[in-house]
Formats: sequence, C-alpha cells, structure tokens
Amino acid sequence: MTTATVTRVTGTLAEARPLREAGLYELVRVGARGLLGEIIRFKDEVATLQIYEDTTGLAVGAPVIATGAPLTVTLGPGLLGAMLDGVGRPLARLAAASGDFIAPGASAPTLDPARRWAFTATATIGAAMRGGDVLGTVEEQPGFVHRVLVPPGVSGELVALASGDYTVDEPIGRLADGTALTLAQRWPLRRPRPVAERLPADRPVVTGQRVFDLLFPLAEGGAVAVPGGFGTGKTVIEQGLARHADADVVVFVGCGERGNEIAEVVQEFPRLIDPRNGRPVMERTVLVVNTSNMPVVAREASVYLGVTIAEYYRDQGYRVAVMVDSLSRWAEALRDIAARLQEMPGEEGYPTHLASRLGQLYERAGRATAAGAPPRTGAVTLVCAVSPPGGDFSEPVTQASLRVAGGMWALDASLARKRQFPAVDWALSYSLYVDATAAWFSEAAGLDWAAVRTRVLALLQRDAELREIAGLLGHEALQDRDRVVIDVARMLHEHLLGQSAYDPIDAACPVAKTGRMAALAVAALDAALAAVERGATIDELDLPALRRAYVALRAAPPDAIAARAADVERAIAALEVRR
Amino acid sequence: MIAVRTHHGARALIGALAYVEDARGAAMGEVVELRQPGQPPRRGQVIDASDGLTVIQILEEPIGLAPARVAITLTGATAEAPVGRELLGRTLSGVAAPLDDLPPPIGEALRPVWGAPMNPVRRRPPGDFIETGVSAIDGLNTLVRGQKLPVFSGAGLPALELAAQIVEHARAGAGEPFAVVFAAIGITARETRLFVERLRASPARSRTVFYLNEARDPTIEQLMTPRFALAQAEFLAFDAGMHVLVVMADVAHYCETLRQVAAARDEVPGRRGYPGYMYTDLASLFERAGVLHGRPGSLTQLPILTMPDDDITHPVPDLTGYITEGQVVLSRELHGQGVFPPIDVLPSLSRLMNAGIGPGKTAPEHRRWADQLYASYARGREARLMATIVGEAGLSDPDRRALTFAADFERELIGQGHARRTIGETIAVGWRLLAALPRDDLERIDDATWARRPGAAP
Ligand SMILES: Nc1ncnc2c1ncn2[C@@H]1O[C@H](COP(=O)(O)OP(=O)(O)O)[C@@H](O)[C@H]1O
Ligand SMILES: [Mg+2]
Repeated sequence: MTTATVTRVTGTLAEARPLREAGLYELVRVGARGLLGEIIRFKDEVATLQIYEDTTGLAVGAPVIATGAPLTVTLGPGLLGAMLDGVGRPLARLAAASGDFIAPGASAPTLDPARRWAFTATATIGAAMRGGDVLGTVEEQPGFVHRVLVPPGVSGELVALASGDYTVDEPIGRLADGTALTLAQRWPLRRPRPVAERLPADRPVVTGQRVFDLLFPLAEGGAVAVPGGFGTGKTVIEQGLARHADADVVVFVGCGERGNEIAEVVQEFPRLIDPRNGRPVMERTVLVVNTSNMPVVAREASVYLGVTIAEYYRDQGYRVAVMVDSLSRWAEALRDIAARLQEMPGEEGYPTHLASRLGQLYERAGRATAAGAPPRTGAVTLVCAVSPPGGDFSEPVTQASLRVAGGMWALDASLARKRQFPAVDWALSYSLYVDATAAWFSEAAGLDWAAVRTRVLALLQRDAELREIAGLLGHEALQDRDRVVIDVARMLHEHLLGQSAYDPIDAACPVAKTGRMAALAVAALDAALAAVERGATIDELDLPALRRAYVALRAAPPDAIAARAADVERAIAALEVRR
Repeated sequence: MIAVRTHHGARALIGALAYVEDARGAAMGEVVELRQPGQPPRRGQVIDASDGLTVIQILEEPIGLAPARVAITLTGATAEAPVGRELLGRTLSGVAAPLDDLPPPIGEALRPVWGAPMNPVRRRPPGDFIETGVSAIDGLNTLVRGQKLPVFSGAGLPALELAAQIVEHARAGAGEPFAVVFAAIGITARETRLFVERLRASPARSRTVFYLNEARDPTIEQLMTPRFALAQAEFLAFDAGMHVLVVMADVAHYCETLRQVAAARDEVPGRRGYPGYMYTDLASLFERAGVLHGRPGSLTQLPILTMPDDDITHPVPDLTGYITEGQVVLSRELHGQGVFPPIDVLPSLSRLMNAGIGPGKTAPEHRRWADQLYASYARGREARLMATIVGEAGLSDPDRRALTFAADFERELIGQGHARRTIGETIAVGWRLLAALPRDDLERIDDATWARRPGAAP
C-alpha cells in the first residue's frame, strides 16, 4: 500500500504525489472520507486521479491510499435482482448506511457477504480444470441455475471441492497449486471476458414490438443503436425490452438519466410477472444505476459494469440482453474527463478516441461458445439509446454508433409529437439481422416472414409517395386505387406499427400475432385493390368495418386472437358489400 | 478541511476569477471572502484547488479589486444555506441575505447548497395528481407531485403568468401543508413583481420564500441562487413534510452565466459555446425534485426557460428536455391569436402523466380521451399545413373535419382564459369537442369507453 497526498483538485479530477509504486488504473482512496478514485495518468512525479464521488470539500494535502488493485466487479450468485450504482455498490446498502441521500465515501460489497448459497458440486476431484469449466451450481433465483465457473486464466488439478452452504467468499474447493476456489470471482470492468469461439447470429431476440420484430429485427448477440431526441420514446423502448424481451437475463444500465424512471422500474419489476416462468421479472434483472446527478466519472464505469455482468452470465450459457439508457451520457463522461485532462478535443469536443472506445464496447456484444466444459453457448445482446443534441443524427455519438451497430431504430420527434408510438422512422431505420432471423420468425409465425415484411415495406413506401402527391396537388388528384393504399396504410401505421406501452395487452405482441396482423393488412390491401380494379369506387368498400375488425384484433388477448383474425378475414371478404 | 487562513494579494485577477499562489490546504468548493480597503466585501468559492495556483470564482462584481491590495480569506467551509419553516414569507437575495428589512435568516438548520443525490432506490415513483386548473396541463400533460416540468417560453410570452396561475391553483389538498419557493435568476424586477403581485392576494403569499437575483444583481451569483432555493425546498419537503412547488425563472440566464464562467476559464466550448458539462450541471438542479419513501412531503419543480429565437433545439431547452419529465411549450402563434394560456400541446409532454391519471385520480377514461384528442388535433394541424398548399377543398373529408376540430380545440379546450377548470370540467369540454366527429374518426376510443362517455345513450 502506497500513500501520497493530494496536490490539486478540480472538479472530478485530482492530482497526487508521489505514487511511483502504484500502477495505471489502480484504485485509490482519497481524503478522510476515502473517496473512490482511479489513477488514469502518470506524468513526471504527478499521478492524475479520476474520482468516482463528489469532490466538494476535498482539500490539497489530503491523504491518498493506493489499494493495489484495479477497478473490478465481483461476479457471483446474488447479482440477479441486484440494484447497483455505477461502480457496483448495492444501492439498498448505501441507503442503509447513509440514508435517502447518497453520501460520498460509503463502501459496500457488491454481493451480500453474509448470505449463504447451497452449492452443488458437479466437477470431479482429480480432473484438470481450465478457466470457464463448471465447478457446480447454485440456484440463484427460483428455477435459475447459476453455474459456478473456474475464473478465466486459472487452471490446474482439482484437489478439493465439496457441496454445501457457502458465502460468496468462502472456499468451496482448491486446485493443486493451492488456489482457493470460491462462488464469486473478480474481473476488471474494462476488459472483455474471453470466450472459446464467437458465433454468427442465427435467431432473434423477440422484442414484442411489432415494428421491430417485423421490420427491423434484433438478433441474439446483436447490437442496435436507438437514437432519438428527447421525448421520442427511447426509455419506453428500453424498459419495454427489459420487461418483455425473451432473454434469460436482462441487465438494465440507467446511465446519466432520471431517478424517477429508475424508481418506476424498482417499484414495478418485482411485481411484474414474466409469463414464461411465472416469476417476477426482477428475478432475471440486474439494475445498474447512475442517474444524471450522480458523479459523472461513475457513469463511464456503469456501462462497463453492466456489460461485464452480462458476459459473466453469457459464460454460464445464458442469453443476456443489455439495455443502455443512454450511451450518450457515457460518451459525455468520456468528454468531460478528456477535457479536464486537457486532451486535444475532436469533433464537438469529444476525445479523438471516442469512436474506438465505442467500437470496443459494441464489440462486447455477440453470440459465443463459452470457454470451458461442458459446452455452452450464450449471447450478449446490446441495445443502446443515443441522445443526439437537438435530435440531429449527424453528431459524433450517433455516427460512431452506426459504424459498429448492426441496426438502428431511428426515432422521430414529429411522430412523437403526434403521439404515434413507437415513433420509429421506418425509412431511416435498418437492421442487418433481417436475413439471419427470417427463418426463425417464419417458423414461429407459420408464414413467410420475409415475404410479408417486403410487402409491408412496399406499402409504406407507396403510401409515402402518394401522400406527397396529395400534399402538393390535393386529395382530388388521387384515384381510388391510390386512396385505398392511403387508407390501408393509415390503418397499418396506426394499428400494426403503432403500439401502446400502457395497454396491458398491446404492450408486448406475440410473434404469431404480429405475423397474422401484418399478413391480414396485406391481404386487405390486395382485396381492396382488386375490388377497385373490378370497378368498385372507394365509397363502395366497407373500409371502416375492416378497420373496426382490425382494431379488435389488435386489442385481442391471446385466447381471442384466432377468433378476431377470422373476423378480419370476414371483413376482407365482405369489403364490397357496402351499398 | 483546515481552519481560516488569509492570503494578502492575488497572483492574478481575470474577470470573475482570482488566482492565489500557495493557498495551502484549499479545498474544492471552499467558501472564500475577499476584502479590500474602500471596497465592499465579496464572496467567492474555490473551483480549482492546488498547491500551485488556486482558482477562486468571485460571486460578486469584481470591479475595483486590486491584486496587490486584496486580502483573500479561505474560510474552511463549503457553502451552506440557512433553511427552515421560518423562512416562509420572506424575501431574500440570491444567496439568502435579507432583502426585507428583517434580520438575516437563521433557520432551523444549515444545509450544503450543493445537496446530495437522492438514492434512486429510496425514491417513490411520483403519481399524485396536482390539479393546476389549466386544461392543457391537467387533461393532456398532467403534472404530478415530485415531477420537474419546465415551461418552455419565448421572449414576451406569458410564462410567469402561467406559473403564477398554477401556483395559485395548485395548492395541496385540504389541510395538507404546502409551500412555494421562488427563485428569480437574472429576470427583471418587473417580471418578479408580476409574479409577486399575482400571489399577493392569495394565501400562497405567506407560504412562499423568494430568492431574488435580478438582472441588476451580480451574475455569477446566479449559479448559487437555484441551489439556495433548492436546499430550502428540500428541507421543507423532506424534513418538514410539506408539498413544495419550486418556480425558477429563467433557466436560460443561468445557462448563460455558466457559459460565461466556462469562457473565462478557457474551457473547451461545446454546442454554441455552452460548456460540455451543462447537462450534468442542470441535472444537479432538476434531479432535486422527487418524493421519497417514508416521507410525507414532495418537491415539484416548475422551471421556466426562454428559448432563444423560439428554437426548441437550442442547447438550453434541448438539454433541459433531456433531463426533465416533460415540458410545457408556449406558442407565439396561439399567443398572437389571444389564446390563453398559449400552450402548444403537440411538443408538450408530461412523462409522468400516466402515473397520475385514471380511476380514483382523474377519470377512468382519461388515457384514451387524451390519446384521441391528441390524434385528432395532430391530424387537424397537419391538415392545416396541407391546406396552405392545396386549399381546404383539396383535403379529404376526414382531414377537413379534423381541420375544424383543431380550431375548436384551440379555442375551447386550450383557450380557457384565466378561469380555473376542474379536471371534470376539462374532461367534459374534451368530450364535447370529440362528439362533433363521427365515431369512425375516433379510432383511439374503444367501444367500452365510447359507451361510457357523458351524454351517451344508456
Ligand atoms: N410505446 C409507447 N406507447 C405510449 N406512449 C409512449 C410510447 N413510447 C413513448 N411514449 C410517450 O412518450 C414519452 C417519452 O418517452 P421516453 O421513452 O421517456 O422518451 P425519451 O427516453 O426518448 O426521452 C413517454 O412518457 C410516453 O408518454
Ligand atoms: Mg429517456
């Protein structure tokens, strides 16, 4: 342990001398309160520290203690259901220590050191173990098997291992060289955890949002950026995914955003039941929270913390989804630190290493075969909200994200103002996972997903063209077959692509229903166009009845979908009966 | 932190910054006093503490300070605000000095003006409806206790008038203790007077604390004013259990001061010269709104900001909108037509509306009612735009109906004048407007809701 003194404090940065023995990225405790900090630069005699807590009152001359270790996260049973701050401290314990307001300098272990877990050993004594091998299991949540792994980089003959009740720190076994094995392991946040082999995407993460599942699918192991100005629906999308996405584990990183939004999640998730296993959604969720008024430097760490936890469950063989809300706040933290270090600013003041850091982060998403035996595959899927200033997508964080993400769900303020939600700009959005996921969707929905998707996009395209004409020349300039397109497209925008997050049935849509609704919209268009072709006028078509049936289908609970879909079919067949 | 020490002379004075050499033991945020014979005393704070050059930000006008003559005292303390119930009814400066001929406030406690972040898991999700009496807010952008809902205004638009009306009306339910904290940040004395006079006759007056930093007062002090006000508001809400409404005007002035300070320090400028950390800085104000588990009070914020050039993408409204739980946007066009309050509901938003409405709170059908009004009005506004090109005759029938609807909506629902409406009255006006449209135009209203509407055949 080396000690030094503070020679300068400015905002979130401090300088200290002498710290010659310490290493780059080593953790330090600063001042009488022991503020958490990290060494980020050595220059001449001076070490620069970034401080993870409020520095008000920190004085020149205060002591600095180097801890000898980098910023790590403790990974082990007890993460599921946890609510952590940006550096991994459980918020409930911080509250127990310092009350309703967070006081700087508090420390609390990520995992409850007192809790005992029933460990079942599965590895054989005498076996040669390598990093990633499964030692045994713990039931972390009811029905959720937590696989206890040999930490990456550790290997040797297993000489002791016993089932029993252990805390996360107690030895459960030992290797021949004396290395103690425990339920928990530590990992430096910024370093990706190793895998055996990276795999291509082959199936989607079902979002439950029709516009995404149908038009811009998310692949398991994929990475999608969600840029949108304020109030366009980024958080509703991210939280909706956290509730409904078909992942085994969800890590939600609230990075530099609102406290009240987190409060809502904290209240709701323990009560919300996951229909797939009948258990509260909170049991599969890890919350990492660093709200906008919490220290900026911890914002940068929070995203890495979330991704590292996700990789840890991936390594156990789980399908993990990480929601980051918002990645822009992470990038701003980088900018803030770089500015205080007086680094040469790049575009819009962001450091020139923004794009590479962002690329490295997105790269941590992926499907992979985990290291170690028995064989397991897992995935980390990443969905990052991006908050472009002024809603202008040409800014650096959006642009750098698009270079590395496999998809963009572009949100549009003008749709949001009309309360057309999710406010997805279908012309600007894209997904590179369409082909990789189509077969899975077709199978799940029992129809040709790609074909329906193509038809829907074509209809949207045609509708946009026609409305442009009508906007210039008036509605009178349109022929009946054009008006039919506009009418059906309006229904499609409103009821197929539109989805209310506040309606219990509409909030998440099963894949089969999405497929059915899309196919019926296309069938309705064909029937109406055929009728016009046969000489019917648009007023002779009972489009209002069709729309009523379609609205009823949208509102149908799972057991009524078939009946309501049949109603829509009847309405299509009876389109021509009006008058 | 160590005790009081005094340095004679500054190494440099640049604008509102003083540079002091070898200020042993200076602490981040330490309060500093600057004295010089023949000059009023000034206050400052350490913003860069160093064993070399320490940087002090001077909160008052620095004119006349002389590097050789100024005595700089580091007080050993960080800024604290006197807070307490006895401050209610008082008028104070932007840093809590008396402006009302009464002695300096002592209060019940001293609190760090910078506050501390609420632990997110201790927050209670806000969901208690506040009836403001304003249809565009209560009906379509509902305010709840613990929310931060700014008014985005334009030069000359009646934002303060609206705020005063809300404060007057939005008193807590029967018997519940309430208070108002008003922070004037660089606004004119006339604007302050307008607000004060609206409150004078109301019982809210004696429940209000005024923190006034007006246009003629030292600008750097503006960085402290909202924090003094919020420290007091936090005490009233979370220690004294009151429902507190904080009105801050004008956040745009605050941001300009922030920019000015950043420029003086040669910091790398962000968009339009505002510092890159402005988001974080504003968040440290706005996030002080909320409600906490196990505590009866609430802190609700109504910040007012003027959008330069009426531009909602300008960094001040933009960053604010990214932090606050929605915004109420005023429209020059509606104001020009004599609509009061001139609220454009399309860019307006209350992110917490859903938690505050529905059965037992407002009306069971509130959500769908609002969704339909939004949809029909948005369609009407689009049709209005289209009609400027193709004429009304070039519109489709539903678009033409929506056009008429939009005009009625602006006149009758939004333009309520200065009268107060209960939420029941607001909902009734909305239904009356919707009734003018055919059922098939009302796609966001399901049959069950439609059957329950007032005036429906049983
Ligand atoms: N799918 C949706 N259904 C209904 N309302 C929505 C939906 N998405 C967004 N909204 C509305 O838009 C508001 C802003 O959404 P939010 O996700 O908070 O925006 P952002 O995070 O982009 O600022 C929400 O409070 C809600 O009123
Ligand atoms: Mg958001």
